Amino acid sequence: MKAAEFDYVKAKSLDEICLFLSQQAGEARIIAGGQTLVPLMAMRMARPNTLIDINDVEELKGIEITKKSVIIKACTRQSEVLESVDVRRSLPILSDALSHVGHTQTRNRGTVGGSLVNADPSAEISLIARLLDAEMTVHSVRGERVIKAANFFSSAMITNLDADECLTQVCFPIWSSVRTGFGFHETSIRASDYALASAAAQLSLDSSGQCRSISIVIGGATEIPTRISETEEQLMGSDLSDTEIKTAMEKIPEMLEPQADVHADADYRRRVACVLVGRALKDARERAKGSLV
Amino acid sequence: MNKKSAFRYISKKRRVKENRRFITGRGRFAADLKLSGMLHVAMVSSPFACAKIKSINVDQAIAVDGVHYVLTGAELAENISPLLSGLDLPDVKRLPLASGRARYAGEWVAAVVADTRHIAEDAAELVMVDYDMLDFVIDPEIAMKPDAPLVHPEKGDNIFFDKQWVWGDVDGDFSKAPHSLSLRARWSRCSTIPIETFAVTASWDDGREMLDIWASVQMPKYPEQIARALKLPASSVNVHFDVDVGGSYGLKRGIRQTVIVSYLTRKLRRPVRFIEDRIENMAGGEMHGPDRIFDMEVAYDDDGIMHSLKITATDDCGCYPGRAPLQLGKPVSAIVGPYRIKSAQYHARSVSTNKTSQEAVRGFGQAPTNFAIETVVDRIAKEMGIGREEIRRRNLIKSHEFPWRIPSGSEYDSGDYHTVLDKLMESANWDQLVTKRDVIRKQGKLAGIGLSTCLEPSGGNSSFEPLFNPKNNTTTWMESCLIKIDMLGGVSAMMGTSSSGQGHETLLAVSIGEVLERDPDTIRAIHADSVTALPSNSPVGSRMAIMLGGAAAGAAKKIKAQLLKIAAHNFQLPEDRLIYDGGDIFVDGDRERHLTWEQLVDIAHRQYHNMPIGTEPGLQAQHTWEVPTGGAMPADDGTVQMYPCYAFEAHVPLVSIDPDTGQVEICDYYIGHDCGTVINPDIVRGMTFGGIAHGIGAALYEKFQYDDSGQLQAGTFMDYLIPSSHEIPSVGMIKHFTPSPLTEFGQKGSGESGYLGAPAAIASAVNDALEPLGKSIETLPMRVRDIEALLNGNVETKIG
Amino acid sequence: MSCHKVSLTVNGAKYAENAEARMTLVDFLRDVLDLTGTHVGCEHGVCGACSVIFDGKPIRSCLIYAVMADGHDVITVEGLEEDDGSLSPLQDAFWENHAMQCGYCTPGMLIATHQLLQENPSPSESEIRDAIGGNLCRCTGYQQIVEAVQMAAKKIKDNCV
Repeated sequence: MKAAEFDYVKAKSLDEICLFLSQQAGEARIIAGGQTLVPLMAMRMARPNTLIDINDVEELKGIEITKKSVIIKACTRQSEVLESVDVRRSLPILSDALSHVGHTQTRNRGTVGGSLVNADPSAEISLIARLLDAEMTVHSVRGERVIKAANFFSSAMITNLDADECLTQVCFPIWSSVRTGFGFHETSIRASDYALASAAAQLSLDSSGQCRSISIVIGGATEIPTRISETEEQLMGSDLSDTEIKTAMEKIPEMLEPQADVHADADYRRRVACVLVGRALKDARERAKGSLV
Repeated sequence: MNKKSAFRYISKKRRVKENRRFITGRGRFAADLKLSGMLHVAMVSSPFACAKIKSINVDQAIAVDGVHYVLTGAELAENISPLLSGLDLPDVKRLPLASGRARYAGEWVAAVVADTRHIAEDAAELVMVDYDMLDFVIDPEIAMKPDAPLVHPEKGDNIFFDKQWVWGDVDGDFSKAPHSLSLRARWSRCSTIPIETFAVTASWDDGREMLDIWASVQMPKYPEQIARALKLPASSVNVHFDVDVGGSYGLKRGIRQTVIVSYLTRKLRRPVRFIEDRIENMAGGEMHGPDRIFDMEVAYDDDGIMHSLKITATDDCGCYPGRAPLQLGKPVSAIVGPYRIKSAQYHARSVSTNKTSQEAVRGFGQAPTNFAIETVVDRIAKEMGIGREEIRRRNLIKSHEFPWRIPSGSEYDSGDYHTVLDKLMESANWDQLVTKRDVIRKQGKLAGIGLSTCLEPSGGNSSFEPLFNPKNNTTTWMESCLIKIDMLGGVSAMMGTSSSGQGHETLLAVSIGEVLERDPDTIRAIHADSVTALPSNSPVGSRMAIMLGGAAAGAAKKIKAQLLKIAAHNFQLPEDRLIYDGGDIFVDGDRERHLTWEQLVDIAHRQYHNMPIGTEPGLQAQHTWEVPTGGAMPADDGTVQMYPCYAFEAHVPLVSIDPDTGQVEICDYYIGHDCGTVINPDIVRGMTFGGIAHGIGAALYEKFQYDDSGQLQAGTFMDYLIPSSHEIPSVGMIKHFTPSPLTEFGQKGSGESGYLGAPAAIASAVNDALEPLGKSIETLPMRVRDIEALLNGNVETKIG
Repeated sequence: MSCHKVSLTVNGAKYAENAEARMTLVDFLRDVLDLTGTHVGCEHGVCGACSVIFDGKPIRSCLIYAVMADGHDVITVEGLEEDDGSLSPLQDAFWENHAMQCGYCTPGMLIATHQLLQENPSPSESEIRDAIGGNLCRCTGYQQIVEAVQMAAKKIKDNCV
């Protein structure tokens, strides 16, 4: 299980990354943590001509937190974000989700940007990006553009990045309302396995306890993280009672066309995704009310 | 019997000798060896479930810089003898590389040899094999049908073995019994896959005419099988048994791999190494275990007493019959479990399909059989409304009834099953577990308690060999030890096999230390090379505590006898006037007159004038002994004594199940365990916990899943799910010690413990959890998706 | 072939060797530096047998190419002993508790738990299980490993008091 031959360059700056990418015309891959790419290369399911190592590019590392957002540079290690007290305070759902990404050793190496561009249907970081409609900033020799999470993921393991583009940062917006709560649930076979299905919800209540804003997203059971807007719309303005949640969720199963694999069939993923949405919504509701920490 | 130990070293806490090298990174595993000029092998695998190999073009591959050779199956077939089969199947040829026809996806068809493994893999991609796809069969029940595609067309059918034995008045017992029930239980293809793959390096030395082999192997008669395949004298094959083996649990047989590298080193005159990568290991190697359908029928009376048992075991052997089909044979040794069942019928079928071949897995077929038997016992309890503990109590053999002969001919040596169960129930606190279970149920989850009571036949009297193959008249399953006392009084002991984590060095040291009354920490234990090794049947069949421990004690007793003889000569007294104490010898009643260990050793090595006339100089002894109860061929009705010793284990787990996702969590786990006298308590604990972890894997996670096109879907650690520290609970272990009357110290085997009862216990717990819903599962593994589908297959949206 | 100079520190010693770009760090440690204590189990990042400490954090050495370790600091199982060559409390506890059988996963287990104890001197059982959650063991069922780490933590704490 040895990779096919490739060339290797170590980039020292973002400009250099962009230059390498533009010169290689789709034959090069960026390597950051390598936690997914290296096994794929070992099995020769990926065989780039060139690897561009971005681990020394300092401008791609770090976390910036403002009142409105948490910005994470693409090459920041997952463990650094998970261990950040500030992130946990500002955006606890991200910390929660990150604790489900692989395990200590893969998080020590794996990066936030790497997980996003890998676009695994069951990836937790992608799920949260979609939930909050995070903004991805990408660079190339042609310039910079910002892609909303809604437009970032194309299909399983594929993003809408062009071959010469490099993701440089992701900006997760923070909801300003005081009465905001989140919920995140996933089901995997073993503790550190990929999620068979996952769901996240975030919502805000007004002073009378009615839902003023809401976002719900499903992962694992769909090709890309998928917002459940119909359910969101139905729940807007409601009290989020169990009954209301149940009614609002009725259409979810038919919206999902999950993949089957050796671990779970489509029916399993569909049913479990619904269960997890329900759990995420209830947690979010309780947190918004302040009755769940 | 649980009196205080009279032993000096046996059963005492003692650090395991081997561990020092492992904690400092100084183990010597097969892949750690580096020989000058060593070449590396990568395999070319067939992508098809079944295909004719029309031609192989190696031109592009051989042209790659750094490639030395490409060996095809056809070339190898011409130059070696086919490998041995455990069954009498002259039409089924097993070769290291497929020749003419590839019979499973992943089967190796060519081997590329290069300067590095990287280059070998590059070139393997360039070996052009022209295949014609052929019909294949994956389902063993379809494979048995007359019109099924044939895995081995020369044979004419896909049945490797099909035989039924009837022991006792089965028909009579069934007709007399007021009740009977039948069920089907399924044990899916899984195994105990070690973290180290199989690795082997071979180096042919033309000057010495010697083939040196370093391999991560656990295989009886391995050197001889290599020699036979290569048509070499066995004295020209030197297997270095001092290689540390990174786990095996029965699997690492490595004959095919070793024949390939051995042929190549002889051809290329360079050392050749093959380390399986994980895909070669799981798809191409022999990493698969039993894959079995059990059709069970039991006759029982109004009290729930079982009178007769009928078992039909249909095993999907995969492609080739090595020793794997014999895994249907070992369960004959305990075919009625620990129960007083008067008669039994056993129909054993080994079926060939286009899957990777099976190899031996921990317990050699006993764990699946125990699972099937326990499923039956639980079902009777349910049908009769009797507790699962009570039904067992009524049927278990009682302690005063040993030795107990079962219908298939084996005599169980000893046991005290009821006491073990008593102690377990007290420690596990069954009533409290029930309360805890019911609390979990009230919280909206499913919860269940499991129970299993199972046997571990140990000692490796492998008389299933002649039972399953009338042309095989093997009745010898020996083990040996050579002890040498050097001139300075140091003790060295030699075993003729490799170890894969069983702690044999510690076993030797403690057994010898016990007899010679010398500190085991001062006793050196080494692994011989095969050319110098005394006969061994290798560490299989949970036998080494019994057999190697017995051989070591036997040799030590000979040393002790020599010392006494020397002392008697020097004191001019009869031996019965002398007292042996800690290696020194005293005159009884006069401790002033004594010879120390050092003095006695000095006499033996240097003072021939003080030696009894006609004595061999030096101080050394060897002992080779036959397995207790071995040495007999099966009777015409198939009855035979198989295995000498029977360890007992009872398991009680508590599980909870998320009814919406099917996820199972093991909340508590207790085991009551009796393997007779324990040589080293830490080793027995470790074996048992590890066995339970294997069992949990088999029960809940692990399966070599194939798809309809015959492709292995679980060929990496991404898809074949080995439980981690999160899935395996802490286990409470309750010990009991019923010595075996057949062994030196009263010990029985424990190398397979835990694994033999855990799958049954987990299944029992899951089914207890499902019972309130009127549902059950009899198929392992009970995966999240299986459980969830059973619960919610027809349910509308839940909101959790 | 793309060949690169790799200069790095392993267990305090500096090395500078050549490596093909596609050589993983674990192959480099084993085949080039002859540090065979670190083992290869799956080569696809699941089993944890190849765990090493990389710039102070445990990682998989099969999931990083050697060339990417240029300029970095690595600790392997060979570097866990005390400065005077004696066993570390963790190694000693592994031995005392028989926290292994075949010894193949042991280096990875030691690396994972060594780092745990550096960061968390009094880990709970579930924290220990988390720390080794990415290291598969087929022999022990993990129990004696957990017990060993608990014992080591206690011993280190007692020695400090």
